[in-house]
Amino acid sequence: MSESLDKQKKDLSRLNSDYATKYGFRDPVDYFHKGAKGLSHELVEMISRMKNEPPWMTERRHEALDIYLAKPMPQWANTRLLNEIDYENIYYFMKPVDQQSTSWDDVPEYIKKTFDRLGIPEAERTFLGGVTAQYESEVVYHSMREDLKKQGIIFLDMDGGLREHEDIVKKFFGTVIPSTDNKFAALNTCVWSGGSFIYVPPGIEVKVPLQAYFRINAENMGQFERTLIIADKGSRVHYIEGCTAPVYSTDSLHSAVVELIALEGAYIRYTTIQNWARNIFNLVTKRATAHKNATVEWVDGNLGSRLSMKYPCIQLIGEGARGEILSVAFAGQDQHQDTGAKVIHAAPNTSSRVTSKSISKDNGRASYRGLAKVHKHATGSKISVECDALLIGRDARSDTYPTMEIDCEQVRVEHEARVSKVAEEQLFYLTSRGLTEDDARLLIVNGFMEPFTKELPLEYAVELNRLIELEMEGSVG
Amino acid sequence: MTEKNKTLFEFKDIHVRVEEKAVVAGVSLSIKPGETHAIMGPNGSGKSSLSNALMGHPAYEITRGEIYLNGHNLKDMSADERSRAGLFLAFQYPLAIPGVTVANFLRTALQSHRGKEADMSDFRKLLKTEMKALAVDEAFATRYLNDGFSGGEKKRIEILQMAILNPKMAILDETDSGLDIDALKTVSDGINRFHNENNGILLVTHYQRMLNYVKPDFVHVMMNGKIVKSGGPDLALKLEDLGYEWVNEEANHKAGV
Repeated sequence: MSESLDKQKKDLSRLNSDYATKYGFRDPVDYFHKGAKGLSHELVEMISRMKNEPPWMTERRHEALDIYLAKPMPQWANTRLLNEIDYENIYYFMKPVDQQSTSWDDVPEYIKKTFDRLGIPEAERTFLGGVTAQYESEVVYHSMREDLKKQGIIFLDMDGGLREHEDIVKKFFGTVIPSTDNKFAALNTCVWSGGSFIYVPPGIEVKVPLQAYFRINAENMGQFERTLIIADKGSRVHYIEGCTAPVYSTDSLHSAVVELIALEGAYIRYTTIQNWARNIFNLVTKRATAHKNATVEWVDGNLGSRLSMKYPCIQLIGEGARGEILSVAFAGQDQHQDTGAKVIHAAPNTSSRVTSKSISKDNGRASYRGLAKVHKHATGSKISVECDALLIGRDARSDTYPTMEIDCEQVRVEHEARVSKVAEEQLFYLTSRGLTEDDARLLIVNGFMEPFTKELPLEYAVELNRLIELEMEGSVG
Repeated sequence: MTEKNKTLFEFKDIHVRVEEKAVVAGVSLSIKPGETHAIMGPNGSGKSSLSNALMGHPAYEITRGEIYLNGHNLKDMSADERSRAGLFLAFQYPLAIPGVTVANFLRTALQSHRGKEADMSDFRKLLKTEMKALAVDEAFATRYLNDGFSGGEKKRIEILQMAILNPKMAILDETDSGLDIDALKTVSDGINRFHNENNGILLVTHYQRMLNYVKPDFVHVMMNGKIVKSGGPDLALKLEDLGYEWVNEEANHKAGV
């Protein structure tokens, strides 16, 4: 960061003071539709009927529910926390408004205020090409710049995508992440609602980022957005996703499925900053397929939540495809960030780079869980995996679970894992130059995150540093 | 009493303990504005422990003694407070801070001292001038602090930090180690540029060679946690010829051992 600490601090005092006031507020809402708690075929049928979906999608939902019910809970990661979720006590579908708006003026005042407080309309005005704002299960606002529409770029909420471009959705939906992939992918498929649908025509470069913002407001809410991004041959797109939720005493569940498809020579970057309240369970499946000479980049920041399980994956299925996964996880008191990355090399001369950074503070726990797989015929492929963990405090914990399945001899694999502490010597060095111990620790943490932060648009980099500063407040070495 | 005769930096009867082990056993020194002192001694004599303790390293516990800078007692101050009071320590082994650029770090440090945001263009000018004087390539401003720097580069950056923070009293811990002759000259020039009649320098070194470039007014020899001999610049030369054993023998002789 070229920003100095004081600048960051000034931004801070100007912005807000903590999660509870900045993001943790809640709106009293009269829901247009609030389904019953719990999950059933009736609920699935009702969601599909309300959305007026084609029969094949209804069928897909029912099928997914059966898969979900049949699959056991994962027996890995943090099973104690996973089993804490009371699945019967969750609202799987909540519709806050009757109709989606294309102007902020038409969005109900309380929801507009929420997104105002989150700075979304301002960001849209200043640097985004299109915005989707989702509140509970449904997208309440959606807009895209006219010039982008004229280029043939499609950016809709997923429901709208299915309505208006059924052929494309039918062709790609669930092809990267089938319902059978894992229990939570099945759960998402049976009750999915909202999310983004993007299609970029061949050769088109989307010059400004497209963004979606997901907001959970209700208690015991389950948010299951579904995102599908298709970059056709030689096109380029950058998509940004942000998430927050209020602070409630009982837990909510966020379980998204995100599928990316980069066709020949295309480029997709997907940037996420998730900053959930500490009682959100964040169980997300994100996967991309990169065709010949295509590039996919996941830039994935995980803050907040009680438990996050998220392992962005790239399947390199065409010769010369490239993948990059850059992630940061911050685990504070009573949090477990079980995150990682998966790269699958299924074609020759493919390359991938994984850089994973985690910070554990107090009794927080950050786990890196990674898979690097190279198929037999993926000759000349290159993999580099770098995991870097920083521990703050004596009770902080970090684990690394890397898996390498290399079935090909002509590959280059590099793996590096480091665990470091904010060393007393480093702190002394910085304090001997006049920085207070808190400032010194923050500078070290910001420096640690720099390889990640520098990849973010400036607005997000400032925001992320601000969030980290809040997380770091009152920490003891 | 004139300004000249005032004491700038003084420590009295300093005892230091590290992990239950006494490493400095009663050291006193008084430095006036404009003076350069050198503490010389063999490895393990307690020189670096003394430097760290004076700067306020939490692992170096001062069990007895007082430290004064311009009449202010530093003993109960933390390292950052001592720094802001005008004390500086150039490290023997500067630490790497990955992800934090030299420029960002220096600006943050400067702001900690001034208590307000440094004007960006003034800061850039200052940085550029001082980097040029120390023959530090401008590209270093955007490199991560000491991350992958050579020994000589680290030492130059230490002196750069000193030049920018402009302390009243600078302790230079083995700044000459790991420097080739050209780097030694550049670094020494930097120290001499910094030095004026109002500030003080305490050079802590094993070897005499830096003292050819940075001329001390007084030389002290430290052994086994104590200053065993003090003298003028000649003392350094004599040590170079005769080694530390000579002082040791003399000290033992005096003590009647």
